Amino acid sequence: MKVDQLSIFLENRAGRLAEVTRLLSEAGVNIRALSLADTSDFGILRLIVSDFETAKATLKENGFTVGRTSVVAVEVVDQPGGLHEILSMLQEDGINVEYMYAFVTQNGDRAVLIFRFDRTDQGIELLQKNGINVIGGDKLYDL
Amino acid sequence: MIFDVKYETLPREDMERLQLKRLQALCERVYANVPFYKKKFDERGLKPSDIRTLADVRLLPFTEKQDLRNHYPFGMFAVNRDQIVRIHSSSGTTGKATVVGYTKRDLKTWGQLMARSFVAAGATPKDMIHNAYGYGLFTGGLGAHFGGEALGAAVVPVSGGATRRQVMLLKDFESDVICCTPSYALFLAESASEMGIDIRRLPLRIGIFGAEPWTEEMRRDIEAKLGIKAIDIYGLSEIMGPGVAIECEDAQDGLHIQEDHFLAETIDPDSGEVLPAGQEGELVFTTLTKEGIPLIRYRTRDLTRLNTTPCRCGRTTARMRRVTGRSDDMLIIRGVNVFPSQIESILIETEGLTPHYQLIIERQGNMDTLEVQVEVNESMFSDEIKNLQRVESKVTKNIKEFLGVTARVKLVEPKTIARSEGKAKRIIDKRNEA
Repeated sequence: MKVDQLSIFLENRAGRLAEVTRLLSEAGVNIRALSLADTSDFGILRLIVSDFETAKATLKENGFTVGRTSVVAVEVVDQPGGLHEILSMLQEDGINVEYMYAFVTQNGDRAVLIFRFDRTDQGIELLQKNGINVIGGDKLYDL
Repeated sequence: MIFDVKYETLPREDMERLQLKRLQALCERVYANVPFYKKKFDERGLKPSDIRTLADVRLLPFTEKQDLRNHYPFGMFAVNRDQIVRIHSSSGTTGKATVVGYTKRDLKTWGQLMARSFVAAGATPKDMIHNAYGYGLFTGGLGAHFGGEALGAAVVPVSGGATRRQVMLLKDFESDVICCTPSYALFLAESASEMGIDIRRLPLRIGIFGAEPWTEEMRRDIEAKLGIKAIDIYGLSEIMGPGVAIECEDAQDGLHIQEDHFLAETIDPDSGEVLPAGQEGELVFTTLTKEGIPLIRYRTRDLTRLNTTPCRCGRTTARMRRVTGRSDDMLIIRGVNVFPSQIESILIETEGLTPHYQLIIERQGNMDTLEVQVEVNESMFSDEIKNLQRVESKVTKNIKEFLGVTARVKLVEPKTIARSEGKAKRIIDKRNEA
C-alpha cells in the first residue's frame, strides 16, 4: 500500500524548478501532487507523478540528483476534523510524521493526505486497523 | 633607525663573505649531525668542503616541507634533545604538522631579528606593543613577544580573540604598536567603532602585520581606518618564525631579508634552476646560523622576487617583494594554512562522501570567508531537509576541528562545479579581485 514519491535536490536559484517541470512536461509525465521544502541554499522537491520510472530516468539523465521514498497516501472526507482524527491515532501509537502534504480530489468531496512516517509499515497497519482508507499507488497515479 | 647597524648595513661583498663562511660551517654541521643531509650529500658525491663560493649553494639539495613531515617529530634536529629549549609546530592536525626546535642561541637570534624588525617598522624601546598574534605552537605570538622584550619595549601578551576586550586594552594601555594579522586589524577597527571608540584617535601609530597574504589596497584601508602605518612582516616556522624579513618604514618598498642569518634564492619552481635577482620565482632559504633545526635550501613555495639594490633607509640587505602567490595549492585563510587535499580528506571521512567540491575564498568586509561547495550525489541525498543539514553541519564541524577554520558548507547540484580538462578547478580565490 505504499506510494512511490520522487524527491529532487534543487539549488535555490532562479529557473531550477521550471527546468524540472519542462523536462516532465516534455516526457509526458503528469504531476499528481507536489511539495517543496526549502532552506536558504537548497530545496527538496517531492512529487507524486503519473509515471514514476519515466520521470526518474528523465531527471537523472539531465543531471538531477533524485531519490525514491515510500510514502503513505490516505483518503479522508473533506470536512473539519478529517486530518486531526488521523494525527491523533498516530500520536497514540508514537508514530512520527516526518513531513506531509495534501490535495483535494477533482470532484471536491475528498482530500488525499500524503505522509512520510518514521515507521512506514506500522503506520499503514495502524491506519488500516482503524478503518482509514489507505490508497495504493495504482489508484493514486490515475486519480 | 637601525637596530643592528653593523649587520644591517654591511657592504654586499662583506655580507657575501660572511654568508659563505657561515654556509661552509653549516654544511659541515649538517653533514656530521643530520643523517638526512649526510645521505643527500653522499648521493650527490658532495662533501662540505666542495662549497668554495657562495654560488656553490646550487650544488646543495633542496629541503621540502614533506622532508620535515617524514622525519616527524625530531628527525631533522641537528643537536641533542637536551639542547632544545623550545618547540614550535605549524598547523596541520591531519598529520601534516612540521615540528621545529630552538636552542638557547636560536631563541636569542630570533629575539634580535624581531627587535631589528620592530625598529625597522619604526618602533622604539619606549613603546608599548600590543601583541595579538596567537600564543602557543604557532610562532607568531611568542616570536613577537620575545622580540619586543629584546628591543626593551613593553609587551602586552593579549594573544587572539576577545576582540572587545582588546579594543579596551588598546585604549586603556595606550599601546603604540600592534602585531596581528592584517584582517584582524580591520576587525578590531570595526569592533571599536561598534563600541563607539574612534580607534584612529588612540596613540597607536604602527601595525606589524603578517601570517597571511594581503594587498596594497588592504594596506591603504588599514592605514585609513586605524590611523597608523601598516608594515608587512614575513616569516615561517621552518626558517625561524616572524622576523625573517621586514619592510622598513622609510621606503616600504619590499621586505629586508636578514641576510646574515638566512641565505635567500629564487628558483624556477618547475626546474629548480636559480633565477637572477629581479625575476619572479619560488623563495628558497638556507638557515646560516640556526642550531636546532638548520635547513638547506628550504622551498617555501612562496612566490616573490629579490631586489639587491640599496634601500634609501640605509640598509644594504636584499629585499623581497610582498608575497601574493604560492607555487603549490596551499591557501592561507585568516592566518591558517589550508590545503584543498585536507578538505577532501575531511569530506571523504564524513559519511564516506567522495564528492566533487570547490573552495571559494572571499574577503567579506574585512574577514576571509571560506565556502566549501559540495555536489550532492545519490548516496548522500535524502528527501528530508534535516538529513542534508546534518551532513552540512558535520562537515563544518570537522573542518573546524581538524583545520581550525570556520567554513560555510553549501550543498550544490551535481555538475555545477566546472570540470576543466578532466581536472576540477578546486579553488576560486576572489580575495585579490578589485
